[in-house]
Amino acid sequence: MCSSLRHDDLKEMLDSNKDSLKLEAMKRIVAMIARGKNASDLFPAVVKNVACKNIEVKKLVYVYLVRYAEEQQDLALLSISTFQRGLKDPNQLIRASALRVLSSIRVTIIVPIMMLAIKEAASDMSPYVRKTAAHAIPKLYSLDPEQKDQLIEVIEKLLADKTTLVAGSVVMAFEEVCPERIELIHKNYRKLCNLLIDVEEWGQVVIINMLTRYARTQFLNPNMNESFLEEGSDKTFYGSDEDSDEEEEDKDKKAEAPMVKRKPYVMDPDHRLLLRNTKPLLQSRNAAVVMAVAQLYFHLAPKAEIGVIAKALVRLLRSHSEVQYVVLQNVATMSIKRRGMFEPYLKSFYIRSTDPTQIKILKLEVLTNLANETNISTILREFQTYIKSMDKDFVAATIQAIGRCATNIGEVRDTCLNGLVQLLSNRDELVVAESVVVIKKLLQMQPEKHSDIIKHMAKLTDNIQVPMARASILWLIGEYCEHVPKIAPDVLRKMAKSFTNEEDIVKLQIINLAAKLYLTNSKQTKLLTQYVLNLAKYDQNYDIRDRARFIRQLIVPTEKSGALSKYAKKLFLAIKPAPVLESPFKDRDHFQLGSLSHLLNAKAGGYQELPDWPEAAPDPCVRNVEVPEWTKCSSREKRKEKKVDKPFYSDSDGESGPTESADSESDSASGSESGSGLEESGSGSESEESEEGSESEEEVEKDKKKKKKIELKKPVQVSESEQSSEEEVRKHERKNKLRKSVSESESDDEEESKSESSQSESEDSESEAEVKKKKKAAETKPPPKPVKKECKKEKKEMSLLDLDDFEPTPSPQATPLNSFLSSSLVNDLEGLSLSDAVLSPAAISPCSALKSYELLHRITGDGLCVEYCFSRQPFPPDANMVSVQMQFTNNATSDTKNLHMEDVKLQSGMRVNEFTEIELLPAGETASAVMGIDFCDSTQAANFQLCTHRRKFFVSIQPPVGELMRPVFLTENEFKKEQGQLMGMNEISEKLTLDVKCRNEHAIVQRVITAANLSRVPCGSDKECRFGGRTVTSGSLVLATVSSREDGAAQLTVNCEKMVIGTMLVKDILLALTQ
Amino acid sequence: MIHSLFLINHAGDIFLEKHWKSVISRSVCDYFFEAKEKAVEPENVPPVLQTPHHYLISIYRDKLFFLSVVQTEVPPLFVIEFLHRVADTIQDYFGECSESLINDNVVTVYELLEEMLDNGFPLATESNVLKEMIRPPTILRSVVNTLTGSSNVGDKLPTGQLSSIPWRRAGVKYTNNEAYFDVIEEIDAIVDKSGTTVFAEIQGVIEASVRLTGMPDLSMTFMNPSLLDDVSFHPCVRFKRWESERALSFIPPDGNFTLMNYHVSSQNLVTIPVYVKQNICFFETGPCGRLDITIGPKQTMGKTVEALMVTIHMPKAVLSANLTATQGNYSYDLTTKVLVWDIGKLNSQKLPNLRGSLSLQSGAPKPEDNPSLNIDLKIQQVAISGLKVSRLEMNGEKYKPFKGVKYLTKAGNFQVRT
Repeated sequence: MCSSLRHDDLKEMLDSNKDSLKLEAMKRIVAMIARGKNASDLFPAVVKNVACKNIEVKKLVYVYLVRYAEEQQDLALLSISTFQRGLKDPNQLIRASALRVLSSIRVTIIVPIMMLAIKEAASDMSPYVRKTAAHAIPKLYSLDPEQKDQLIEVIEKLLADKTTLVAGSVVMAFEEVCPERIELIHKNYRKLCNLLIDVEEWGQVVIINMLTRYARTQFLNPNMNESFLEEGSDKTFYGSDEDSDEEEEDKDKKAEAPMVKRKPYVMDPDHRLLLRNTKPLLQSRNAAVVMAVAQLYFHLAPKAEIGVIAKALVRLLRSHSEVQYVVLQNVATMSIKRRGMFEPYLKSFYIRSTDPTQIKILKLEVLTNLANETNISTILREFQTYIKSMDKDFVAATIQAIGRCATNIGEVRDTCLNGLVQLLSNRDELVVAESVVVIKKLLQMQPEKHSDIIKHMAKLTDNIQVPMARASILWLIGEYCEHVPKIAPDVLRKMAKSFTNEEDIVKLQIINLAAKLYLTNSKQTKLLTQYVLNLAKYDQNYDIRDRARFIRQLIVPTEKSGALSKYAKKLFLAIKPAPVLESPFKDRDHFQLGSLSHLLNAKAGGYQELPDWPEAAPDPCVRNVEVPEWTKCSSREKRKEKKVDKPFYSDSDGESGPTESADSESDSASGSESGSGLEESGSGSESEESEEGSESEEEVEKDKKKKKKIELKKPVQVSESEQSSEEEVRKHERKNKLRKSVSESESDDEEESKSESSQSESEDSESEAEVKKKKKAAETKPPPKPVKKECKKEKKEMSLLDLDDFEPTPSPQATPLNSFLSSSLVNDLEGLSLSDAVLSPAAISPCSALKSYELLHRITGDGLCVEYCFSRQPFPPDANMVSVQMQFTNNATSDTKNLHMEDVKLQSGMRVNEFTEIELLPAGETASAVMGIDFCDSTQAANFQLCTHRRKFFVSIQPPVGELMRPVFLTENEFKKEQGQLMGMNEISEKLTLDVKCRNEHAIVQRVITAANLSRVPCGSDKECRFGGRTVTSGSLVLATVSSREDGAAQLTVNCEKMVIGTMLVKDILLALTQ
Repeated sequence: MIHSLFLINHAGDIFLEKHWKSVISRSVCDYFFEAKEKAVEPENVPPVLQTPHHYLISIYRDKLFFLSVVQTEVPPLFVIEFLHRVADTIQDYFGECSESLINDNVVTVYELLEEMLDNGFPLATESNVLKEMIRPPTILRSVVNTLTGSSNVGDKLPTGQLSSIPWRRAGVKYTNNEAYFDVIEEIDAIVDKSGTTVFAEIQGVIEASVRLTGMPDLSMTFMNPSLLDDVSFHPCVRFKRWESERALSFIPPDGNFTLMNYHVSSQNLVTIPVYVKQNICFFETGPCGRLDITIGPKQTMGKTVEALMVTIHMPKAVLSANLTATQGNYSYDLTTKVLVWDIGKLNSQKLPNLRGSLSLQSGAPKPEDNPSLNIDLKIQQVAISGLKVSRLEMNGEKYKPFKGVKYLTKAGNFQVRT
């Protein structure tokens, strides 16, 4: 009653239209769920709020929904449409969470919807959404395994994804859905190896485990020739018994397949790649990653290289006790096969009194495995202190460990035995009992020598109560009754007396003892035996009754008893082989180490067997990929280099970060060096290079540096190189500053000087970039790919044709006046050149008519008139600034002095480079100056005061959105590719009707280029005009397309990572085209 | 992977449950309770248990059990490491990881768990990413939230989630830019009865507290990096730089974090700062024993040994202790049988001594074993291995940060056997 009342009150709160009440209610409901209380009756009330505007309420509703949807399927369906809407939201977080929740609702009816959503999300431009899609795959699979084939397609697609964010999740999906489809990995193998270091730690674990399995199917056993080639050294390194056994086996195998063995083993470069790329992860802070790498090395590396993992594993022993527990289990298994590896760390396994018992016992296990002739004395001394411990379970384990050392190492057997016998007088019964059990096993090896020990033990039966120990003593006496002929019958007498009070295990041994004595010494023990057997006949335990009946038939000769009784003596007193005391961890390595199955020593559900090495390696070509993108280093690798830290900065510009599309991200991470040229060319030379790359990373790196430098020298490829050179410039500045502050910086060596030289070069070239562009293009240079070559040729022709004639000789300082003057010429020129089918975009862009704006009217300015325009030239002191050309005209009658600017007020992030002060502007004269403003890709105004020697004027410069970008060179293919990456919310299109005067291609191009500082991208169709550019500050790509029809109807499409810029640009271009 | 999580307190009550796949009845925990019962000490509960249909993987931290349920093969360390990360996150958010705090913030914890795993696979475990999605509670914020109705949940994708440096968020701003590093070394040693060192090694950790604006790129070099034998790094450290130059180069996370753990190479002899003379014996006749402990400085590198403390786990039979300490205080806990002698600063002129008699339970046999002594100590301003930071540089930002490195030596697992 009470609870339903309370729920009513919650329902009321949920129905209210106040968000705060709803939130309060949802919090209480979620708290109920968290505590495991049932809140399912609130489902209808809660599900209504699924579309709530308040994001926190919404999130909590999602939480609720996921928890109870399974129970209330029909009602849950009501919410589906909300998620479907969410899947199309421009915010990637909302898309992702919609998919997350949708796929978490375990309602079979929506399987098709989920499938569709996953497919769509798998090609989403946000890597985060794609990651979510990868997570959704196993969810759908567990809901409906029938979907497997379709899901595999999605997995295949996502496996090809190049972002680190997706890699871990999709491999996880692969492992859950189709771990047997190992062939899907081939093409992605090298990429995964190379991305590995950048993947988040959890993904690393999954990928490494999967790659271990993969490698086992694809490569040859690196140790197959080991015994053959380095037999001698092997012995000294790993002089363990097991190892020599192994060698023996190896030899046998060798005899079977001599051909295979003879062949010298050469490691597949891909195998090497895996080993090399995983090794740094041994230094991970995450124990699971370290363990994953350790097992990979254990299962895949050549013997000589496995040693590196020991150190890392020993380090984990400092971690939480649960981590120790798992690590020690694995070390125990490894130390059986590879004892040598852990021997140097013997002391790290010494036990402290504060260790939990389970840890102590595992350490003991490892110590025992590591014991050999040389270290046994130290180990035994250590064991001796352990025996005094208060922890009795641990003491018992120590005694067993001593027993194992004694059986394994002959030299110390007697010492151990004596030590154990001493323990028989220990005050603690458990210690004694355990010792008895162990001694029994040891004695079995050489009974004749130790009859006094057996006598001593016989005496113990009076005191010792532990059943196992009593049973052991009885067995010993029975087995070796010849050695103690006098005592044995006496013991039996005592036992017969206490028979009914004994434990079952002891009773069985009493029967055994009786039988054996009857056979050897029937005179003295016949009656006793009969008595014992009679007692046993009526025992409660059927085992004991059975045993008694069986033994009676066997030993007591009757008429009926058959042939067997003749052999009774042989049966009972046969020489029994001594037990081998083995580690419980022996042979556990047939399970993949680090796995749950290994820990439990039983196959867990979903465990994938670790395959045996193949006899002959499968074709390695399957891993060849046309695009050798794995030669690019991943971003983490790059982070390791000091000078190339681009990804940080490109990632750090807050806004663009989350909306970055997959490829632009990976490009910004790696593209700066390799350039776009690499990606499309799958030519032979490239792949050769990549082959080398797999051998030595350094080479690749050097290569990249070279490439980078090359690119720095050619500003023609504005898109990539300009950006990186900007970085360099910034970096350069920073470094210079550092130089000043830190007088001696040792680490900066020649590498830096190299980069500096290239920087200065790039700086130079940048300052003249625009002007020189055409010229430089004309310079001969081996182009990276044929497509570019073509473009350049065209450009060359172009520039030879016209521009060189018209453009003034390039001067280092951009002189904007020139462009003022020449603009009319250029316009003419444009008319000429535009008739050409294929255009060089770079040639057009700077030449479009420049619109000038008024900064200060001559009336308000006391005769001083200031106009400004965006000169569309790069601003040399800072490439992130838009250069603003200002023209001052003094219409007053007197001179104006000291023209300068002051009190600059800017939005955060914006910067201004002030123009140099104009000292004197005589009356009637005109002067010009250039200033730079970094608008931070926004259209916010830069406010400042313009000061003369007399007055100050408040002025502001607000850029049209079209001036916040600069042209970029793209080929048609590149354009299409980039556009493909900028779909969805990054694409804005508008329909329009073209202005009457603007129906031809030329006019369209001109108008667009006037409205925005873009360059034309060549295009096959004349119905379509394409333009490309990048924003000045962040370098985000801006693509515009105008496709027109005969009747003047047209469609304008703008793709831009920055949505605000995109929307504004659409408006501006629209205006330009319609008026 | 991870199917469900149960938080269980010391008494064995489940006070929070979270399921990432379909719901698993909490009765599955009965297997765990059974094992817990059997293990007596909570530390001895096996971290991995097998039940007919599930596997239970648990950790014990801050008097709480974090019990996760898995159904299929998964690397156990993966789960264990994750559970510890959960505990770390809770500690990070609320200051400590305790039942009452979790109960007070149950919704936040639940939301955190929701974000940390998706379908049982870790989604966001970096604390700065989580903090952008679910803001940690502060008094100010809760007041503001109740007034304005704004929420604790971020509506944007955290920047860290997409960048290649997920551990740092964009747009960090401080008025005081500071970077402090603590080099803390712990001596692990086992000294036997006669005073000889059975085993000794030094483990070090560099804890950082970095509050810097923007995206600073730090690099730290050592005077003697060859001392470092084995290292593990926070993911922010560029491994290549370490390999080639033995310098730590990194873009730090914002706030407190562990930069690096290291092990000092075993070739170097470990300096043991103190020696212990002890005599603990129990008499065969009469229910008593005697205890006499003296501690003196051995190799302290000219610094004072502080916060010296001796802890002894006595045999069960010891009823009480009647001792006199020349310095500091001692206490004997009757239930846990732990004797603690808190000495404080070690005075080399007058060595601290603790002596007196122990009374045993009458009738009980003389304890077989002698308890071992656990020593705790601190030495300020020195790293016992001799490791020194030579330089800390910052690139990438223009301001001048405050920088500081502090050294501290502690006893880790420092045990004297008797």
